[in-house]
Amino acid sequence: MARGHDLHEYKGDIAMAMKDVAIVGVGTSDFRRLYADKSQKNDVYQLAAEAFRDALEDCGATQKDVDGLLCVNIKYGPFGDMTGLTGPGFVHDLEGTGRMSGVALQEACSLVESGAAHTVAVVYATNGRTAGLKYGGGDADPAGAYDAMYGMTSTGAYLSMMYQRYRHLYGAPEDALAPLAINNRANGARNPIAVFQQEITKDEYLASRFISQPLRKLDYCIINDGAVAFIVTSMDRARGMSKKPVRVAATAGRAELGRSYISPDFYYATSAAVAEDLYKKSGIGPDQIDCMQVYDNFLPTILFTLEGFGHAPRGASWEWIRDGRIELGGERPMNTSGGHTSESYMQGFALHVEAVRQVRGEAGERQVENCGTVQYMCVSPIVTSHIFTAD
Amino acid sequence: MSEVRSPVLPAARPVVNPDTEEFWKATAEGRFIGRRCDDCGSAMWYPRPICPFCHSSNTRWEDFTGRGTVYSFSVVHRAGGEWKGVTPYVLAYVELEEGPRMMTNIVDCDVESVAIGDEVEVVFEDTGHGSALPRFRPVRAEAGSQA
Repeated sequence: MARGHDLHEYKGDIAMAMKDVAIVGVGTSDFRRLYADKSQKNDVYQLAAEAFRDALEDCGATQKDVDGLLCVNIKYGPFGDMTGLTGPGFVHDLEGTGRMSGVALQEACSLVESGAAHTVAVVYATNGRTAGLKYGGGDADPAGAYDAMYGMTSTGAYLSMMYQRYRHLYGAPEDALAPLAINNRANGARNPIAVFQQEITKDEYLASRFISQPLRKLDYCIINDGAVAFIVTSMDRARGMSKKPVRVAATAGRAELGRSYISPDFYYATSAAVAEDLYKKSGIGPDQIDCMQVYDNFLPTILFTLEGFGHAPRGASWEWIRDGRIELGGERPMNTSGGHTSESYMQGFALHVEAVRQVRGEAGERQVENCGTVQYMCVSPIVTSHIFTAD
Repeated sequence: MSEVRSPVLPAARPVVNPDTEEFWKATAEGRFIGRRCDDCGSAMWYPRPICPFCHSSNTRWEDFTGRGTVYSFSVVHRAGGEWKGVTPYVLAYVELEEGPRMMTNIVDCDVESVAIGDEVEVVFEDTGHGSALPRFRPVRAEAGSQA
């Protein structure tokens, strides 16, 4: 291992206690409708504007109330023009990678806490399907040019190599990821806007063809069109708005930067450091989490996440997920909207919205009972996690 | 020194920058060189003039052995572009004897036979542009006869 695992080494990490920041409005595309209509070409700014409009309507605000704008995977200029948001006090574009979902909320919280902005809109949109996008190939890291020479044509292959090594070290069997694939689809079946709503069996999972072995098609995220927006403001302002505010009880992050996506310990030490900060700042531990939203670009990422964040024992998360505890009705339901393999691949942003809907009790058929505390986790070259609670 | 042979997999022209020019020149001659820091002793990959561990500029080229072990790998069944026609192929990280790990392909063997920990050695595949791509093949008793 490249690093020790003594958590005390990590004192001094950036961790933000968000005592008084809330998400007040959320909006998403109808992913199922967009995916079903293959003839429809979607403009990314149109999708973004619709999600933004829905997020504003959700909290009873207008674009005139927004003075901070964070755009992800789109540019602020055309977006501002499209939505009449022409004079925000703070503007920043973030790159279109999944790791930015957690970072975007952290930045929004920091803006509100510092007073740089009072009400921040975070807007993500992609028309990857319309544009024929293939993930990977290297824009996100400087190794791209080197790695592409060897046929590294998708980020999934990085995950595949990490998972191959994980299996080698911990003995995970061929069907180890099946409960994750099955759980995402079972949840997608209860989500009217999920792209894939058909449940699958273990046999169907095992019959899924290899893309980058040992990963199968069903281990991969969807490439689809859609947009997500959420509105972040201070708890004081939030209490005067139309919906019950969802508190960002704490957030923490830490990067593990390198030229490749391969972490020798599956981001364990980095995730454990983030977890320690997060749990300390919030006073909430993994046992008190009612519902987990886990960034799942490829399903092995979930195993690495559950271990790094102390939900499952190290090297044994593939056993921990087997007995139904991650299912709706289980002790720690996970990816209740269907996650990135069933609902939509909005690079972590839609998982934030699902966290809000669960805390508000708006998740319909997939609602977790008495859901007061939701944790978002993203394990990637920038590991982030937040805990959301009811006000 | 190894021979430079015709490629068995796509061998795109590499992106050559000032930091790696010497490296790619050597590959055309069948030599596998890397960068080492004379202050902290670390070997590094990819080649660069400043040591990422101690920030020393006192770094130099040295001959690497071109041997290592498979750190991890994936058998790629679906790929795009010029790789589409050559599936399945083995994408791998090889841990070099000098320490660093590098992305590469494992060639000259059944794709299903590759395992973590396998001993491998470098082979050079001509890009046709004055450079050769380092790939790796399993070390076997008869390895010499396969070149």
